Amino acid sequence: MARVVVDVMPKPEILDPQGKAVLGALPRLGFDLVTDVRQGKRFELQVDGEITPEVLAQIEDVAGTLLSNPVIEDFEVHVEEHSVAEVAHEAGRA
Amino acid sequence: MKVGVVTFPGSLDDVDARRAVTIGGNEAVALWHGDDDLKGVDAVVLPGGFSYGDYLRCGAISRFAPVMTSVIEAAGKGLPVLGICNGFQILCESHLLPGALIRNDHRKFVCRDQRLRIERVDTPWTSAYAEGAEVTIVLKNGEGGFVADQPTLDLLEGEGRVVARYLDDNPNGSLRDIAGISNERGNVVGLMPHPEHAVEDLTGPGTDGLGFFTSLAEKAFA
Repeated sequence: MARVVVDVMPKPEILDPQGKAVLGALPRLGFDLVTDVRQGKRFELQVDGEITPEVLAQIEDVAGTLLSNPVIEDFEVHVEEHSVAEVAHEAGRA
Repeated sequence: MKVGVVTFPGSLDDVDARRAVTIGGNEAVALWHGDDDLKGVDAVVLPGGFSYGDYLRCGAISRFAPVMTSVIEAAGKGLPVLGICNGFQILCESHLLPGALIRNDHRKFVCRDQRLRIERVDTPWTSAYAEGAEVTIVLKNGEGGFVADQPTLDLLEGEGRVVARYLDDNPNGSLRDIAGISNERGNVVGLMPHPEHAVEDLTGPGTDGLGFFTSLAEKAFA
């Protein structure tokens, strides 16, 4: 099993009201160093088998059609490398 | 004419839309999201609501419903399609219309009687209106901010594809006060306000929305 992560962010020129709401709440926590917040989405895809270039191309396709809307969002795809220890730990927990 | 109204999981205004179709003098046909059969209808309405709970993005999952494959294909051949609110979002996600609808700039849900100007009247959904007609129709949305890049906005304006524009206050941050647009041919129209809630004097702000449902009967689209 491999994990592919797709990060989706609103395009810089698109207004992000959710990010603005978060930014507006920060001073209430006494946190005044943050000058801007953009809120996006992270998708973690568990994929059966090896991540070949063909599989990755398919995931890029999915990311650009379903997971993001290219009119308002950009996306990035990257394969997450699991350390052996982490996998063993997760298996132990299950 | 037979007008299909699609019900998605989470559609709210499908029954009102069917009622408006009937009041407008046409036969309403219930269509189901999971069925790709359009039952021989002459036009389709995608109603308002929160299909699939607005998960992922408004309309993003509905766009891949079996019925939409048929709607997209038929729209390409000229079938009149009207998307209202969530239906407008589905049409944008389906790329039948350009642009996208994002969260209202003021971050609050808006529900009010909204004044509009009808600017394109050569569509099967708006031919009952006089060009420039000012009407009042219910508006209710949380994610109704119409956005598109500048060349797309210029194209829409240049080709006269802005169907309706907000008057008075812009209720949701839509660029250039755009409330509704059409495709190039005019058979596909997306509208954020709800004409199906303005078809009877008893409920709603009046009957200004009725034209969207009587236009079909007045002018069969070639």
